[in-house]
Amino acid sequence: MISIGSAQLWVHDQDEALAFYTDKVGFEVRSDVTVPELGNFRWLTVGPADQPDVAITLMAIPGPPVMDDETAEEVRTLMGKGFAGTIFLITDDCQASYEELKGRGVEFTTEPEEQPYGIDSAFRDPSGNHLRLTEVREL
Amino acid sequence: MAGHRDIAFLPPARHLLRARDLADARYFEPLDVAHLARAAGLSRAHFSREFRRAFGESPHQYLLTRRLERAAALLRTTDRSVADICFSVGLRSVGSFTSSFGRMFGVSPMAYRARYPAAIAQVPACLVRAYSRPKNRTFREDSPLVRD
Repeated sequence: MISIGSAQLWVHDQDEALAFYTDKVGFEVRSDVTVPELGNFRWLTVGPADQPDVAITLMAIPGPPVMDDETAEEVRTLMGKGFAGTIFLITDDCQASYEELKGRGVEFTTEPEEQPYGIDSAFRDPSGNHLRLTEVREL
Repeated sequence: MAGHRDIAFLPPARHLLRARDLADARYFEPLDVAHLARAAGLSRAHFSREFRRAFGESPHQYLLTRRLERAAALLRTTDRSVADICFSVGLRSVGSFTSSFGRMFGVSPMAYRARYPAAIAQVPACLVRAYSRPKNRTFREDSPLVRD
């Protein structure tokens, strides 16, 4: 059986991303390992406390020789434009989660609104990654 | 080289994205390009140039097509009047709304409503918004309305 362990998200700055996903979104740190032998590569994963088997890997954009400068710049630009990916989060109470995150300083791009499939809202992380926060209604 | 470093400078596109997010979030308010430029922290002329470079269309076009996309959604999903819908997406002239709409969608608002296809109910709203925003055709205000 195959299951999802973690999915990777590029981030502009790992410290900034870590603070955002833990202090503001409320995730817990799953791993934070820096490996000197790998040029201080940092394996950093976070996830919701109630869902211990799935994580998001907050990945720094590497330099050469892993990634050439030009490609790194393209990734950085794509991320800044908001086209580097989306994470679809679900909640059992969109309004309550919205209030909670907003209270911690998360800026929402879409406030909770009724959709045919439930109540939907959205915000961005500091890197520009798009996160949906949806209370899914059974269709 | 281990350890602490300052937060790297954000790519300029991140600031432009703030402006585009503002258009997406507050299109129903009397927003204009000057407001969007302020959200990006740029002068208006510089902002318009940079926005076009990043996203391939001017901020004015983006905001107008977002409003038209939202209007189209309201035409499909409600029975509200064309004038009511025009005002509720932040546009102030029903005449230019009707002609912009016709130019973008190729049909009048009422004809569009009549041909509305089956619900796109299961697709996340952000994707409906992204994929149903009309492609910009022209922004000449005097071109004739295409009718069914």
